[in-house]
Amino acid sequence: MRFVDEYRNEGDARKFLNAIERLATRAWTIMEICGGQTHTLIKSGIDRLLPPQITLVHGPGCPVCVTPLELIDRAIAIARRPEVIFTSFGDMLRVPGSQTDLLSVKAQGGDVRMVYSPLDAVKLAQKYPDRQVVFFAVGFETTAPGNAMAVWQARQLGLTNFSILCSHVLVPPAMEAILGSADNQVQGFLAAGHVCTVMGYWEYEPIAEKYRVPIVVTGFEPLDLLQGIYMTVKALEEGRWGVENQYTRAVTREGNRPAQKLIAEVFEVSDRRWRGIGLIPASGYRLRPAYAAFDAELRFGVADVAAQESPICIAGQILQGLKKPHECPAFAGSCTPEHPLGAPMVSSEGACAAYYNYGRT
Amino acid sequence: MNQDFSLQCPIPISDYPTITLAHGGGGKLSQMLIERMFAPAFANPMLADLHDGAILKLGAGDWGLGTGSWELEAGGSKLEAGVLSGALRPSSAVRLAFSTDSYVISPRFFPGGDIGALAVHGTVNDLAMCGARPLYLSAGFILEEGLPMDELWRIVQSMAAAAAAAGVQIVTGDTKVVERGKGDGIFINTAGVGVIPPGVTIAPQRARPGDVVLINGPIANHGIAIMSVREGLTFETAVESDSAPLNGLVEAILAAGGEAVHVLRDPTRGGVASSLNEIAAAARVGIRLDEASIPVLEEVRGACEILGFDPLYVANEGKCLVIVAAEAAEAVLAAMRAHPLGRDAAVIGRVVDEHPRKVYLRSRIGGLRVVDMLSGEQLPRIC
Repeated sequence: MRFVDEYRNEGDARKFLNAIERLATRAWTIMEICGGQTHTLIKSGIDRLLPPQITLVHGPGCPVCVTPLELIDRAIAIARRPEVIFTSFGDMLRVPGSQTDLLSVKAQGGDVRMVYSPLDAVKLAQKYPDRQVVFFAVGFETTAPGNAMAVWQARQLGLTNFSILCSHVLVPPAMEAILGSADNQVQGFLAAGHVCTVMGYWEYEPIAEKYRVPIVVTGFEPLDLLQGIYMTVKALEEGRWGVENQYTRAVTREGNRPAQKLIAEVFEVSDRRWRGIGLIPASGYRLRPAYAAFDAELRFGVADVAAQESPICIAGQILQGLKKPHECPAFAGSCTPEHPLGAPMVSSEGACAAYYNYGRT
Repeated sequence: MNQDFSLQCPIPISDYPTITLAHGGGGKLSQMLIERMFAPAFANPMLADLHDGAILKLGAGDWGLGTGSWELEAGGSKLEAGVLSGALRPSSAVRLAFSTDSYVISPRFFPGGDIGALAVHGTVNDLAMCGARPLYLSAGFILEEGLPMDELWRIVQSMAAAAAAAGVQIVTGDTKVVERGKGDGIFINTAGVGVIPPGVTIAPQRARPGDVVLINGPIANHGIAIMSVREGLTFETAVESDSAPLNGLVEAILAAGGEAVHVLRDPTRGGVASSLNEIAAAARVGIRLDEASIPVLEEVRGACEILGFDPLYVANEGKCLVIVAAEAAEAVLAAMRAHPLGRDAAVIGRVVDEHPRKVYLRSRIGGLRVVDMLSGEQLPRIC
């Protein structure tokens, strides 16, 4: 398949692995931000092919994992209402709330539907005018334009039965939170390529400067990751910091301007709580007041639903790269994909799921 | 008195107070339901194999015209199983394969097939995977009040055509109608019997280290074709379901490989990964796959990349995994490629001594990873 097979070539992978091995004179710890990158690393076996002096730690870039527990409980409270068609990306359906998950709500009679695009949820709202259609709008900057477009379209269409439960988060504040932490071990970053296709990478330049770290915007195929790691190690070995772009076939410094404009039209930056990490100032989006009519939290009065996390799950430390999934006492024991204690075990971008499914136990 | 009998539900209520869709997904939860609930409750030697169908051995000579008792023999124990009336008089012991499956697919018509043809192909294939020549099918219909008559007619015609093409006859049936809202238009159950030719022994336990793993063509077409027409998930693709009767292909495989054919399995729900995990567990062997050699159509790979699916876990309805002794692998592969349903057959892996009960895959870039059973259904990812 074009644009995929070229980036999964064994001969080229071997060349990069050899080059990284020759380059690395000491131990380096690199964080890949995005959960999609974590899964490629483990699924293709890169973590086991790299020389031992390179340690990859897995970052907070799993939208499902960082969505706060109380928001999942709010989603469940809304999905249980008889007038509601609750729509979501498939990933969110299995994530455990405090008591149950959305798939179980569906099993108990809730109208919970999986959609691939928020625009499909808008179509459902048109098709069922006497039902309330709610979309669970989670994700990083990558999904923000699609979600903004859904709300914008719903307003253009005059829909009064469409709303979103919004939990948008942003990458740069999370990176700053990691770099500013006293426990930080991360020396270089692979920035999330798809976030940067939307936002560009100019936002990362002040971070790289302030904390003197190399940040390499990296794609998602095995060779993208190997090249990203190579570029990061090279910068580290040469004592350089700054932002470099490995993912040039998709990312420019400025990013996708029309998408950014649409995001700014519908959303405004707000403080957000991250599951397992806590409150990070100015780290997410909420709907602008002009679009408040599309806010499901207001429409269904669920803003005061609070929640308690499992005391055993160490998802927070995993999402900050402080621990690896198999270092959790519950991993593969009391926490499995069938009985998850935390979101990283069920999300297709969760580090615990990657370790569990691909046998890193 | 069975000592194991227990009044307590074997699947703790606290875990799953209700059935979820994942219990029918063919992955770990389905397996748990079978192993902890159905198998112990219905325990008998023929069920114990948990194969695609039960294999029933009918003794020779002791039954004939009129009515007489007959025996089912399996695993060395004899069970008085019932009364048979008819005019059969086999000259030697006969082994029958017996299987059943229910079809609840939505939408009822999809690219490359419909629920009717699928109901015939599925049971024909389950029998073929026992090494049997499928002969007779039953058809049970559960219809929902309001189902358009012309849709039912199209489905019935499709079943008739599929049965004729597979060389089987639908010899008995049943119809029930439920109130509107109590069913999804139409559910179909089919059961079937077939005869296993002498000299054929197909069982997952027969996989041996050194055996070769083959498949008759590209995987994941059915699951992706269905996914592309589900409400809320529309995407454009020309992919068609691979729904097809595999008994002809299996005959060709057995003719070429004979006793060297150890295991046959149709990787339906849960896909190739789940089927191979079941085989590895049953035979206590390891299986090693080579990602680059597993055939997947370009458009299917594309859809999987977009949705975040692994084709190894996506359903097939016309695929057959064949595990065969190494010395016969070439002949079997050639026989498969000579059959219309096996033109793109390929060797995709080997049975190994290492990592018993586990399936490993060598990735395209040369890394190694475990291919586990699927837990629940695959769900499209966010980004």
